[in-house]
Formats: sequence, C-alpha cells, structure tokens
Amino acid sequence: MPENTGRAYKFGDNVSTDLIAPGRLMHLRSNLPEMAKHVLEDADPEFPKKVKAGDFVVGGSNFGCGSSREHAPTIIKLAGVKAVLAKTFARIFFRNCINIGLPAIVCDTDGIADGDELSLDMAAGIVRNHTKAADVRFAPIPESMRKILEEGGLVAHIEKHKGLAIE
Amino acid sequence: MALTLSEKILSEHAGREVRAGELVVIPVDLVLTQDGTGPLAVRQVEKMAGRKAANPAGTVMFLDHAAPSPRMELSNDHKTIREFAEAVGAVLCDIEAGVCHQVINEKYVFPGAVLVGSDSHTCTGGALGAFATGMGSTDVAVAIAFGKTWFRVPETFRVKMTGRWPAGVFSKDFILHLIGMLGADGANYIALEFAGPALSRLNQSERFTIANMAIEAGAKVGVMPTDGVTKRYLEKAGRGDRFRVLKPDAGARYARKIDVDVSKLVPMIACPHTVDNVKPVTEVAGTPIHQVFMGSCTNGRLEDLEIFTKIVAGKQRHKRTRVIVTPASRDVYKAAVKKGLVEKLIDFGASINTPGCGACVGVHGGILGNGENCLATSNRNFKGRMGNPDAGIYLGSPASAAAAALAGEIADPRRHFMAGAGV
Repeated sequence: MPENTGRAYKFGDNVSTDLIAPGRLMHLRSNLPEMAKHVLEDADPEFPKKVKAGDFVVGGSNFGCGSSREHAPTIIKLAGVKAVLAKTFARIFFRNCINIGLPAIVCDTDGIADGDELSLDMAAGIVRNHTKAADVRFAPIPESMRKILEEGGLVAHIEKHKGLAIE
Repeated sequence: MALTLSEKILSEHAGREVRAGELVVIPVDLVLTQDGTGPLAVRQVEKMAGRKAANPAGTVMFLDHAAPSPRMELSNDHKTIREFAEAVGAVLCDIEAGVCHQVINEKYVFPGAVLVGSDSHTCTGGALGAFATGMGSTDVAVAIAFGKTWFRVPETFRVKMTGRWPAGVFSKDFILHLIGMLGADGANYIALEFAGPALSRLNQSERFTIANMAIEAGAKVGVMPTDGVTKRYLEKAGRGDRFRVLKPDAGARYARKIDVDVSKLVPMIACPHTVDNVKPVTEVAGTPIHQVFMGSCTNGRLEDLEIFTKIVAGKQRHKRTRVIVTPASRDVYKAAVKKGLVEKLIDFGASINTPGCGACVGVHGGILGNGENCLATSNRNFKGRMGNPDAGIYLGSPASAAAAALAGEIADPRRHFMAGAGV
C-alpha cells in the first residue's frame, strides 16, 4: 500500500448536519475538540473512536443537508478527516467546507466501499482507490472556491487579501 | 434583458445587470445570527477584523435556540453574543424576543433586501420579496465585519400555483407536496420563485411557511413577488414606507417551470427521517403520536395558533399525547394572549413555552423519548433532530397537529373542516 492513504468510512444519502453534530450537543459548540469526540456518532457510534488522521468520510447524495451549523464540517476536520467525498453536497455545507479549509470532493462514490484505502490527488483531480485498484476522477472545484481552500479557508483568505478577493 | 426576481435583486445590489451563473460580491442590507451559530461567527469576526460591525443597525443577533438557557455552557455562549452586540452597537434580540426568522420579518425585512443569516431557514424572508439565504458562521462573520458577501447568481425554478385551496389544506401541505416532488436536493443551489393566483390568495403568514421550507429542497432562496398582502403586512408592522412592487420580468429565463393545482392537494405528512418522505395523511393515519409540537419559524405564528385552537377549543387532548405550544415571537405570544387563545390552549392541556425555537432543535423544551413519535409543525424530521436519534418525527400543518392531539394518532384534519364541524 502506498503512503498517505486513508480508510474510507462510508455513509448513505442525506447525511444531515443533525446527524454529524446534533442539537443535543449544542452546549459543546464553543468546545469543538470535545464535540469532535461525538462526530457522526448518531450515524455510526463507533466512528469517532475509530477514525484516524488522514481518513476519508464518503457519502452518497445531498451530504451535509439541513442546518447551516459550520460546527459540522469543523468537527469532521478536527477528527483528522482529510476530505469528504460525495456524489452531491448540500449548498451551505459545501461552502462551509471550503471556508474552513476541508476539501469537499464531488465524485461518483458508488464504487467506494467502507474500509477501502484511498488517497487524494487534488492537482490531478483523482481519488485513488487502492483496495479496488481503481481511480475516481472529479471535476475541479470552482476557481473562486479553490483559491479560498488553497489559502486555508476564508479567514486566512481575508487576512491575506485584506478583504474578499474572489472576483 | 428580462430578469428573474433573484437576478433583479442581485443586479440592484451589484450595480450592474447580472444573470444566473455569474459571481457577484455585493453589499448586504441585513445580517442575522443566533445563539447556535453566533458565538462562532463572533470569534471569526474578531479574528478577521477585531470587534467590529460594518453596519451595526443592520446586524441583528438573536438568542432563540436555547432560550432561556438550559445549561451553563449555553449561558456563556449567550454572554459572548450579548457582549459583542453591545461593543459594536448591533441589535440584540434577547431570550424573550422569539425565533430569529419570525422577528426579522416582523421588524426588519423589506422587499428587494439582501439578507444573510447563519441559520438555514433565513430563506423565510423571501416571502416579503427579499433575497434571503442561510450561510455558515464564517460567511456571516464576513458579512458582519465587511458589510458584503459573495454569491453565484442562482438559476431559478418558477413554481406557479393555481386553483382554490380546499378546506383543511394549507400552504404547509403545498410545500411538503413540492418538496416530495422535487426531492431533498431537487433544488440544490436553485432559487425557487413562487407565483400564481393560489399564492395571491394566501395571507402573509401562510407565505412565510412556504419560503421557510425552500431550503428543505436544497434551494438557496424561496422568493415571492410583492402585492397588496405584502403591503398590508408591512403597514401593520409600521413599515409601510418600505413596501415596493417587485415582480419578475415577463420573459425571464427559468431553468424549470413547475405548475401545481392546489385544489388537488390533500393534507400531507413528511415521515421519518427525511423531509421529502412525504405521504398523504390518509396513508399514515393511525400512527401513534406521543407529542405534538405546535410552533417554530415554519408554523408558530398567530394565524397558525388560531387554526390549531379553533379545532381543539373546549376539548381535551388525548391522554397519550402531550402538547407543546411555542409561539414564534413575543408579538405572537402577546396577540395570542389578547385573543384568548392561550387560555383555551391551557384548558385543552397544552404546555406553553417561551417564544423561541423550542423543541424543534432538540436542545430543550420538549425532547422525545426512545421509540416515541412526534407530530411537529416545524420543518425538519432528520434523525436526532428533536434531541433523540431513537425517536420519529412527522411534519404537518397546524390543522394536522390539532387532529393528532385530539386523536392520539395521525388523523385526517379535514374532518374538522366539514360543514357542522364548528370551525
């Protein structure tokens, strides 16, 4: 197995931000490292214990639907997840991922199974599935958002450009 | 060129004509935050710009998701927001005010405005002809600190509503039907633009219900043209001077045109655990209901409480079914007291909560037990939404909520609207 691979954790369609960061844990929103210990636990109680730095969260369609809570992608990132892959993302969640510097990759996830070893080549636009010996190509992230992502998120972008510089 | 409503509002703010697909950086008229997402927004503002708001009078900060606070951590989050609002001169709507989307519409939103908020149901403002949309805390922090944001101008689906509304069928049933038809991501990134004679016949409250749930099909906004109903609503709120006629241009380009004849609709219920899992009430009638939640930014207005109360007045709730009523705002609460609704609801066996998001967000004020079912007038039934992933949430109109509170199970509300039913 090559280096820099991570395990795929496969979830289904319509993973809501309530499932990622439920309202019953709202009191932990100003203590995100603590909240990250519960990330996605209502979808898979074992996930927060098993996930390691460099792993991947893989969804179906409409990943991240529902509430605008940015805490949802933030605790996915804090858990060490390298990127979220899904067939489609809900609009606010996608924008939040870019803003906090978590790659959200739109690609065909049907061929990725739970436990597959993956690596990500952002420049080439390829998710490599080492378990299946298959590549999944993805369309580049829109230019304006790629810039924000590469700069480390929206706060870093604002600091660097002294304001919004995406036109 | 002929423009959609969204293209029109965004063009005005961009100072040039913009079309679907273009990227714009534009000034925002109004920014809202709430206590679930506001503390993070405050921290992001402070990182980017220090303690600063570009337009304090248009920055409205709500404490509504945990109001009054049930935990010390949330009390400290409330402190963060209060202190920031005071330091920058932003408008603070403290725990007594009510749900952000209700109050912002009662007091601030106007036709043609651009409103962004760190809450996905910010789209409710579209019912007053505003381009209103939800974003994350960091995006909203940029809007607070710098007074602007960026958008990709959305494509538009036009939804034309025709026909007469059947008795016992409400705008909630219409929007659930539409979400079922489109799917939970059927309008992802899209502006839903509503039109037609069946929309004109709706009061402002019923219109808010539709715009509120645009996000449940993934839409960026759910926007409506303005008319006499909008004008009277603003006048009654003391803001008649903010009214203007706003309509899409004839010949505007739509990505899709959808027609709905509302006379063919029946009461609809969204079943666990997705909002697009919509069924006619007759198909799920008999499902036991342990809690009814009558409230939220979707259906917690005076008109909703009136529909509910008319059906239940003088009766007793089913012994299996506890009933939680949460007025959407302080003004709604006050009017409901004045009209005698609250007394009737108390006699019926309802628990009345402080105005706010209440049970809808699963923080407090009506968390479900394992294996229990709730019929809620709110907008989301995701697993865990109301505080317990082992509970089932069914969404329906205030009339469907009343019918369930009486029957102890999901029941067709139309029986209460038949001749002689006394409604």
